[in-house]
Amino acid sequence: MGQALVRAGRFLRPGRVSPDLRTLFQVGGRDGDVYYRERWSHDKVVRSTHGVNCTGSCSWKVYVKDGVITWEAQETDYPDVGSDRPQYEPRGCPRGAAFSWYTYSPTRVRHPYARGALVEMYREARDRLGDPVAAWAEITADPERRRRYQSARGRGGLVRVSWDEATEIIAAAHVHTIKTYGPDRVAGFSPIPAMSMASHAVGSRFVSLIGGVMLSFYDWYADLPVASPQVFGDQTDVPESADWWDATYLLVWGSNVPVTRTPDAHYMAEARYRGQKVVVMSPDYSDAAKFADEWVAPLPGTDGALGMAMGHVILREFFADRTTPFFTDYVKRFTDLPFLVRLRPHAGGYVPGKFLTAADLGEEGGSAPFKTVLMDARTGEPVIPGGTLGFRYSAEGEGRWNLDLGGVDPLLTMRGPGAGTAEVLLPRFDEPAGRGGVLRRGVPVREVGGELVTTVFDILLAQYGVARPGLPGDWPKGYGDAAVPYTPAWQETVTGVPAAVAERVAREFAANAEESGGRSMIILGAGVNQWFHGDTMYRSFLALLLLTGCQGRNGGGWAHYVGQEKCRPLTGWTLLAGALDWSRPARQMTGTPYWYLHTGQWRYDTAPADLLGSPLGEGEFAGRTAADLIAQSARLGWMPSYPTFDRNPLDLADEAAAAGREAVPYVVDQVRSGRLRFACEDPDAPANWPRVLTLWRSNLLGSSAKGDEYFLRHLLGAGDSVGGGEAPPGRRPRDVRWRDEAPRGKLDLLLSLDFRMTSSTLFSDVVLPAATWYEKYDLSSTDMHPFVHAFNPAIDPPWQTRSDFDAFHAIARAFSDLAARHLGTRTDLVAAPLLHDTADELATPYGRVHDWRATGETPEPGRDFPRLTEVERDYGAIADRLAALGPLAEEKGAATKGVTYRLKDEVARLREAVGAVREGAAAGRPSLARDTHLCEAILAFSGSTNGRLARQGFTTLSKRTGTDLGGLAEERLITFADARDRPQAVITSPEWSGSEHAGRRYSPFTLNVERGKPWHTLTGRQHFYLDHDWMQEAGESLPVYRPPLDMRAMFDEAGDEEGGPGKGVSVRYLTPHSKWSIHSEYQDNLLMLSLSRGGPTIWMSPADAERAGIADNDWIEAVNRNGVVVARAIVSHRMPEGTVYMYHAQERVVDVPVSENSGRRGGIHNSLTRLLVKPTHLIGGYAQQCFAFNYLGPTGSQRDEITTIRRRSQEVRY
Amino acid sequence: MRVMTQLAMVMNLDKCIGCHTCSVTCKQVWTNRAGTEYVWFNNVETRPGQGYPRRYEDQDRWKGGWETDRRGRLRLRAGGRFKKLATIFANPLMPNIRDYYEPWTYDYDTLFTAPEQEHTPVARPRSLISGRPMKVEWSANWDDDLAGDPSPDPVLQSVSEQVKLEFEKTFMFFLPRICEHCLNPSCVASCPSGALYKRSEDGIVLVDQDRCRGWRMCVTGCPYKKVYFNHRTGKAEKCTFCFPRVEVGIPTICAETCVGRLRYIGPVLYDADRVAGAAAVPDERDLVEAQKSVLLDPEDPAVQEAARESGVRDDWLEACRRSPVHKLIFEYGVALPLHPEYRTMPMVWYIPPLSPVVDALGRTGHDGEDAGNLFGAIDALRIPVDYLAGLFTAGDPAPVREVLRKLAAMRSHMREVNLGRVPDPAVSASVGMTPPLIESMYRLLAIAEYGDRY
Repeated sequence: MGQALVRAGRFLRPGRVSPDLRTLFQVGGRDGDVYYRERWSHDKVVRSTHGVNCTGSCSWKVYVKDGVITWEAQETDYPDVGSDRPQYEPRGCPRGAAFSWYTYSPTRVRHPYARGALVEMYREARDRLGDPVAAWAEITADPERRRRYQSARGRGGLVRVSWDEATEIIAAAHVHTIKTYGPDRVAGFSPIPAMSMASHAVGSRFVSLIGGVMLSFYDWYADLPVASPQVFGDQTDVPESADWWDATYLLVWGSNVPVTRTPDAHYMAEARYRGQKVVVMSPDYSDAAKFADEWVAPLPGTDGALGMAMGHVILREFFADRTTPFFTDYVKRFTDLPFLVRLRPHAGGYVPGKFLTAADLGEEGGSAPFKTVLMDARTGEPVIPGGTLGFRYSAEGEGRWNLDLGGVDPLLTMRGPGAGTAEVLLPRFDEPAGRGGVLRRGVPVREVGGELVTTVFDILLAQYGVARPGLPGDWPKGYGDAAVPYTPAWQETVTGVPAAVAERVAREFAANAEESGGRSMIILGAGVNQWFHGDTMYRSFLALLLLTGCQGRNGGGWAHYVGQEKCRPLTGWTLLAGALDWSRPARQMTGTPYWYLHTGQWRYDTAPADLLGSPLGEGEFAGRTAADLIAQSARLGWMPSYPTFDRNPLDLADEAAAAGREAVPYVVDQVRSGRLRFACEDPDAPANWPRVLTLWRSNLLGSSAKGDEYFLRHLLGAGDSVGGGEAPPGRRPRDVRWRDEAPRGKLDLLLSLDFRMTSSTLFSDVVLPAATWYEKYDLSSTDMHPFVHAFNPAIDPPWQTRSDFDAFHAIARAFSDLAARHLGTRTDLVAAPLLHDTADELATPYGRVHDWRATGETPEPGRDFPRLTEVERDYGAIADRLAALGPLAEEKGAATKGVTYRLKDEVARLREAVGAVREGAAAGRPSLARDTHLCEAILAFSGSTNGRLARQGFTTLSKRTGTDLGGLAEERLITFADARDRPQAVITSPEWSGSEHAGRRYSPFTLNVERGKPWHTLTGRQHFYLDHDWMQEAGESLPVYRPPLDMRAMFDEAGDEEGGPGKGVSVRYLTPHSKWSIHSEYQDNLLMLSLSRGGPTIWMSPADAERAGIADNDWIEAVNRNGVVVARAIVSHRMPEGTVYMYHAQERVVDVPVSENSGRRGGIHNSLTRLLVKPTHLIGGYAQQCFAFNYLGPTGSQRDEITTIRRRSQEVRY
Repeated sequence: MRVMTQLAMVMNLDKCIGCHTCSVTCKQVWTNRAGTEYVWFNNVETRPGQGYPRRYEDQDRWKGGWETDRRGRLRLRAGGRFKKLATIFANPLMPNIRDYYEPWTYDYDTLFTAPEQEHTPVARPRSLISGRPMKVEWSANWDDDLAGDPSPDPVLQSVSEQVKLEFEKTFMFFLPRICEHCLNPSCVASCPSGALYKRSEDGIVLVDQDRCRGWRMCVTGCPYKKVYFNHRTGKAEKCTFCFPRVEVGIPTICAETCVGRLRYIGPVLYDADRVAGAAAVPDERDLVEAQKSVLLDPEDPAVQEAARESGVRDDWLEACRRSPVHKLIFEYGVALPLHPEYRTMPMVWYIPPLSPVVDALGRTGHDGEDAGNLFGAIDALRIPVDYLAGLFTAGDPAPVREVLRKLAAMRSHMREVNLGRVPDPAVSASVGMTPPLIESMYRLLAIAEYGDRY
């Protein structure tokens, strides 16, 4: 019958049934497919991108039908990158593809909201007092009312308010805080400008104009590889992904490229077809391991040991046993290996001391201690080569700051006729607790200027344990000697990686570099960088690249991919985001110490600062804690510190004036005499609290807040699940004041701007509804590709949403109206740290720490004290200034990495392009009143997008180097219209270290290697050796292996749980990045949730699961001293035993039950982590170890943590 | 010879990063609407793994596709149309919603509306079917990245003696799937209403939405479970090969948005008269070759002549000659069909994944870079060849091994070129290729220009 139906049917419609009735053919034009045709039809396609914190910077097509955004798909029209390599299309990922879900989703913030309890009190007080500022002052000064709304944070009760009322409350809070406590009690947090430069810049500009503090993110996120400033003197500069294609050997180390660099991963897949070998180092069988020719699984956090052992093999086989000319030539010219280091006597031997400098050889002058010395192989005499820091700023250095050695052939080793030997003592930390031991190894030495010296190379061989005939000391007996660092057999005992594998991979890596001319590459990522000692791991990896001549090559070198987003139009963004066109300097703060102090985490840190020091140290850190070192770093001007003093900086200026004195000496006097203290020396004093915090383009409390529960407890005064106790007497700071009662609820106002509900909005006092990325103009760039391109609005912001640009202008207008009456014009005294890429780098000769507090001397701002600058702030004019370009742009230009760009002509051109402001406090100035104007200005004032500036920058730089750097930059201007039209390839500029000239793929430091431009370091070369006092104190002058922190031992905790009936298991707790989110973004997106397991999960091995009686998808709880997480288990055999993963930024918004452990809502991934500050990251004022925003600062590492996992009741309650 | 044209696709699994962008863009364009919440025309499976719907490959259970009867004739495995009609109201051979997954959403509203309360507001999951709160227990991609226990994977079970699911021996790869737009579609044959049809101009298999009566026999008939039931409209829906896009010269959404750049689309010519015969060859292991034999060489003058007679336009013929799909199947011989043993003549082809390979060798102490060793290593691959054979060749390891050897040879050859050495022609010869041929395959697989992929 069925057959009959079909047979009948064939006569009824225009199809053709196959003779055996198997199948049915029809010709086009049927009506039954109309549905799908209509579904596909749309009205327009608009180019935009996603301003989420990722490195994709992908260009997307946004489809619109009937005024409604329907879906998105990738653009495929990137500029050509050459016919011999894959193109960038179609960049994108599933997260980006799911973005439009947010536009009309039920989690979309459609209106302004505020905390009901606060609004009620505010309205009452405002009506009664008739003044918003007075109302705010009264509520926040009353402990009871303050407590009332602070304790309600995060517990629902948000109510709708109007934009006018919201901005009025915000303005009143700002005005009151500035007046009462000081502008540096106001802070803003918004990360990664590259992902939407104008949206970032407008808020940062507002915060900077009022004298508020912008908080760093790169170091705070532990994405900053501190090894980069240490080794390269650069924040981070990495190859674009199309350059992976050029590598012939690729190590992927602690990076999960398909997941975290999804749009770029194809280059890895494709380069294999060109014969590239891929080795993946990952503790789990990751998505990247799927592409590996070889998967190497070191135990988590031990990667540094593998790196050191590989270095051992390379030094042995390519330097000691034979000479490899390609390598030797490279290290002589481009690294500090040939430079001379003085040896200092120490307990029956020597320790490596300071670099020998021109001053040691008798040269006079302030720059002499910064001219390091090497020995000429031809003459055996010491020479002072150009290119070192001593030539960078000095008059005599003009034209000599370059790497040209002339006829000098640097001697790499002191061995040879006339050399003696000495035994040096070197620290080792390979015991589980990380405590130091001492190695005794010989080096060849000579005497120069009465000093016993050797080369960095000689010390390096000693450090790596590579013996050479005739040298005394204890050396490994061979690769198989497992007892002594750093042999392959030794690393096997640490990492679990077979010695033969370490040996072979090292050999292959170096042999490939030798044959290919340096085309061995290491992609390295958060899996290694985000450990407490991530910097030492990185230095051991970078050593592999430097030794094999791979850095500064296409297809070679490091490729650090962790939150490294590159804001390519750097100069313009810096100028405008810092409002440096109106006033200088801006207040910019390192995030980690800020949060460490202001969230009270320092109160729980019982580890003494010298716990992790070198056994060969001088006891510099003894008796102190990390908080003490933060205070020292602040008072010496190394790191910034805001709030700076325990008094309002506006009042300080007034006081000085009242005393008839200049402000700067007045303040120095006050501090020296102890009448004025640094705020960080008493962070819990109410006068020193941060009071107003604005979050935009960020979700601090659902994502990056390491020690999330401490944030809730101390910063916000909300409920929390902190489990551990505070430091007992005897374990507390020495110099930082301890108050018995810890403050709860420091912030008066937490403001967030977002388009979706997050952990941050739920805890905020005011939430402003933001436009999404498909609803505004902006700019995007990344270092993964060489293009800048635009956001364009596909629709207008719906409901009551506004772009960040419009929101901050509204806030600024409301602020100015109130401020004109309440604040007027004031003088602000801004303290700023010693800055990188300025002559401040010369502040600390030899890196010898000199603390005026200890000696009782008078500090000198700019030398051993922050620089102090008086800044006039016309608070009534803030809104007008926000909307116009200030005069300092043409008067002072803009500086990036030590090169000043003259902007006069560009300002004139911008004025023609965007017009001038007609009235108000900024009348006549070029307009920045619209987002498109701001975008235009960012492009116009940057060398990467304005070839005229790039050329001028190279000309300026050439004067200093004395070499010809011309001809690299094209004289081309990228306008905002260009960027809107299509991604635009950027222009080679001294803002970056590589050349893109003539369509070349970007690789960092090619300018240094090919044009002899020095690195921005002490020697002007890439550094193996760091001689600052604190580096020596830490035992990290050279690459060294440091194990993961032993948290149990550090914090005196009970032993591990080892499973059994009703018991949990203690495991390493790691938070790598997820396939289903970009940080917290998308983890609440229904599409991503549907493709994953629909809520927070923790991955664990079958063995661990079995021990704790856990089955796949069971509800579990993870508990440690920092907090509690409730999640479901994913049991998988791709996980190593003893380690669990809770993928990053699963927050408390979606499917998180109440914990049976704490009785409170389960926490976010960072509820189990905490901040610990590494002392060496606080170093400042010395050569490349100098502060710059997001360039150097303590990292908020989070990988060393452990937790106990238990199966919980499967009945969950929300 | 009756020449017809078919739009076909090749996916290079060796390049798939498992990102699921294809799934999301497809869903956003086609199925993010009421009635199709659980429907993913395109999905990506982690293998080993159960797939979506779970264990769809277990044809002993689901009886999808074709089998041959005692007389060697093709018949639907679930029975002919008569049996279909008999079971039309109670079909045991159809996955239920739990085999796909119960779609859900969250109470996002509470994030705004929660009054001041004890705990932080949270959006808890709620079923889109029943509207009730639920615990999420299964999804379209539950076992992503080897989450949970992959041992119920039917393909894995077929090779289970050799495969241990241990940390050190972990392997995985991704299998993106769309409708196969088969030459011999069992869904079309299963439909009692004649609502499913194969477009004669390009072979795309569609459901006529006006004619579909919602009997769902197509769901049973399709062994790939790529026809879905829209429970709102009561009609079957399936991947349309994005016909509104391909008709105007734009690739399918899944292909154009594929971040791994691993999808190729092109037309092929086939002899419609030989489909049934080829699908009925007695030995399952002959099906790959049988399926290839149905496809015609567009360079063959006789084929061209017959094509014109059959009404194939010249521009289509030209497209068939340039088709990357044809090249990958025939010229380079690296693409294989998915589960040929279902006898539907699927038209989405796959290049099996190669890596990791050197790994296996390293453990034996050999130099993994050496081309000779590379071939030897294929059998020691992390991914068992037998597992791949279970997917692509009805269990015959030989064709899989041949493809993997070609890929390995290409890498070896190109490394020599890349490092400026002179490649040894013996390497390409050992896989039956010449250096120019291997280099043109390299261009298509590695450079993979947009214009060459589609």
